[in-house]
Amino acid sequence: MSAREDMLSRIRGAVGKGRAADAGHTVDARLAAHRMNLIPARGQLAPDAKIKLFETMAREASATLTRVPLPSDVPEAIAQFLKSENLPSRVAMAPDPWLGSLGWERQPLLAIRRGRAEPSDEVGVTVAFSAIAETGTLMLLSGPDTPTTLNLLPETHIVVLRESQVVGAYEEAWARLREARVGEGGAVAMPRTVNFITGPSRSADIEQQLQMGAHGPRRLHIVLVEG
Amino acid sequence: MQPTSATFKGNATDALADAKLQKALGHIKTGFIERRRKAADRLPEFEALRDAAKAIKDHTLAHLDLYLERFEARVIAAGGQVHWCRDAAEARTTILEICRAHDARTVTKGKSMVAEEIGLNDYLEANGVEPIETDLGEYIIQLRHEPPSHIIAPAIHVNKEEVADAFRAAHTHLPHERVLDEASTLLAEARKILREKFVAADVGITGANFLIAETGSTVIVTNEGNGDLTQTLPKAHIVLGSIEKVVPTLEDAATILRLLARSATGQEFSVYTTFSTGPRRAEDPDGPGAFHVVILDNGRSRMLGTEFQEMLRCIRCGACLNHCPVYGAIGGHAYGWVYPGPMGAVLTPWLVGLEQARDLPNASTFCGKCEAVCPMRIPLPKLMRRLREEEYERKLSPPASRWAVSLWAFVARRPALYRLGASFTARLLGALGRRSGRFRSLPLAKAWTAGRDFPAPEGRSFQSLWAERR
Ligand code: SF4
Repeated sequence: MSAREDMLSRIRGAVGKGRAADAGHTVDARLAAHRMNLIPARGQLAPDAKIKLFETMAREASATLTRVPLPSDVPEAIAQFLKSENLPSRVAMAPDPWLGSLGWERQPLLAIRRGRAEPSDEVGVTVAFSAIAETGTLMLLSGPDTPTTLNLLPETHIVVLRESQVVGAYEEAWARLREARVGEGGAVAMPRTVNFITGPSRSADIEQQLQMGAHGPRRLHIVLVEG
Repeated sequence: MQPTSATFKGNATDALADAKLQKALGHIKTGFIERRRKAADRLPEFEALRDAAKAIKDHTLAHLDLYLERFEARVIAAGGQVHWCRDAAEARTTILEICRAHDARTVTKGKSMVAEEIGLNDYLEANGVEPIETDLGEYIIQLRHEPPSHIIAPAIHVNKEEVADAFRAAHTHLPHERVLDEASTLLAEARKILREKFVAADVGITGANFLIAETGSTVIVTNEGNGDLTQTLPKAHIVLGSIEKVVPTLEDAATILRLLARSATGQEFSVYTTFSTGPRRAEDPDGPGAFHVVILDNGRSRMLGTEFQEMLRCIRCGACLNHCPVYGAIGGHAYGWVYPGPMGAVLTPWLVGLEQARDLPNASTFCGKCEAVCPMRIPLPKLMRRLREEEYERKLSPPASRWAVSLWAFVARRPALYRLGASFTARLLGALGRRSGRFRSLPLAKAWTAGRDFPAPEGRSFQSLWAERR
């Protein structure tokens, strides 16, 4: 017997005994329903309170955040942030069309390279797919326009987020993904990677002292576009 | 790793005499315990989430074969491969073969307790593949050639001077006289060295906190981001999971994730929670070109259909270790294998055999704290008690009299108990005080008191200390 058959038959022998004949249907129905279980009240706030909670929780997780009124304000906000933090003005940027359309030519001092991150990149700029208020968490997807390496390799990670992308709970973020990416038979078409990111990288492995910037970014900066 | 659980009592006695270890264990109280309490208190739905999470896992385990089949189908549909492995040896050879197929010279590794369980590093090394641990704690203990002592803080027993020594010995290309006296400088050095390893690795191996049946995704949770670099940069990503990690849907994972970080470190959410599905798509600019999921059994299926099935709900948060007076007194290494603390006391006998681990189910004061904090509501004391009965039935246990020392007799005979070591005593008395009404015996008394020279008592009475603890 193959290892697969052996393992499955052992499991079936242990748990399959008194099970209903249509247990397979039960399981498929359970998978198709993707019900939401229990969503904390904190994840079900009215729009304004939700955005506020996102900000509070993201800051609590040691992310920094700037609000801007318009998408066209993003390039200046990022240039300002880099200057105020004494960071280089060379950035690796996600080749996302919306991000690319924000008017970067108005910031001639920024040297922008579009594409995946290389180990030498010090600043990465990306867009989020969604963000979750209950814990101040960003949700980023891999794809041709949003390489995962940008989220990980640079010491400074800047994420551009629109208020309309902020949801209350993780389940809502999944619902948006299911809606945006319908695959075969109506199932969700997952990207290779979904990164949920809550604050910058850290480690407490040496004497339980919290240190920022373990392997991933030392800084996580969110530019939140209003409206 | 060869279990040394059989010599548990000797290990424990040594651990109690180790002043450095005792100091390190003190960090648990100020760190994990306090933060977990705050995080749980802050979420009014925390208790209800525990019920929901338990229900998800109970349902999944009752249909485990069906969910695993569906998981496998989704992995394949996403372009990945699934490898079923009955035991550690099958998992090791499977992983080596995948490494060889990718001509791997070095592999980076995210933290994986299952990899520790199957002794993967030694095996790869012996077969010409260099494994590099990338979680800072795992990297430290890899350099020190020792096993982890905590399931989420593997190097909790190591102090920073020892980390500096290990780095000086390993990073010989750096000036020997460099200053390495701060956690921050040590971290910076590790970051720099491991960054090169991430980029050079041919294969990346991670564990899995969850396998999602609905999508064929694997999930890892880290704070460092090492698991993400491990799986994103190399040519192939190997996920090492075990049968009980599967949950039905993305929403089910979300429910349990609300408990995991809060129970483990007291964080609201870990920094990186990553869902990986298949290899990189044709149009993706980065990500691994191959995706392999190894599903290990290694004794777990034998727990199904017994009352120990409940143990398979465990999400490896470490809360039961952090709150255990025995773990707090002796640390993880004394347990002699990969999984320490209450969860290890229940799991290890199933994975290495009760004969090898017969003392572990006795490594409890039955204070009940582990069950009280376990996010998955696993009745750990009951399961330990069951193992003790099993030992008795199989005549594996030492004579009852050696263990059954009543609380009062124990304290009466050892008035100096509280001088034994501050953290141990405080913890022990605290634990006893809280649950005194239900306390029956102190099984470890023998190991704890044997071979130690107790200093004379100092000032305060046991009663006053006890009163204070309450
Ligand atoms: S037994 Fe419970 S408390 Fe212990 S590690 Fe597992 S889930 Fe966490």
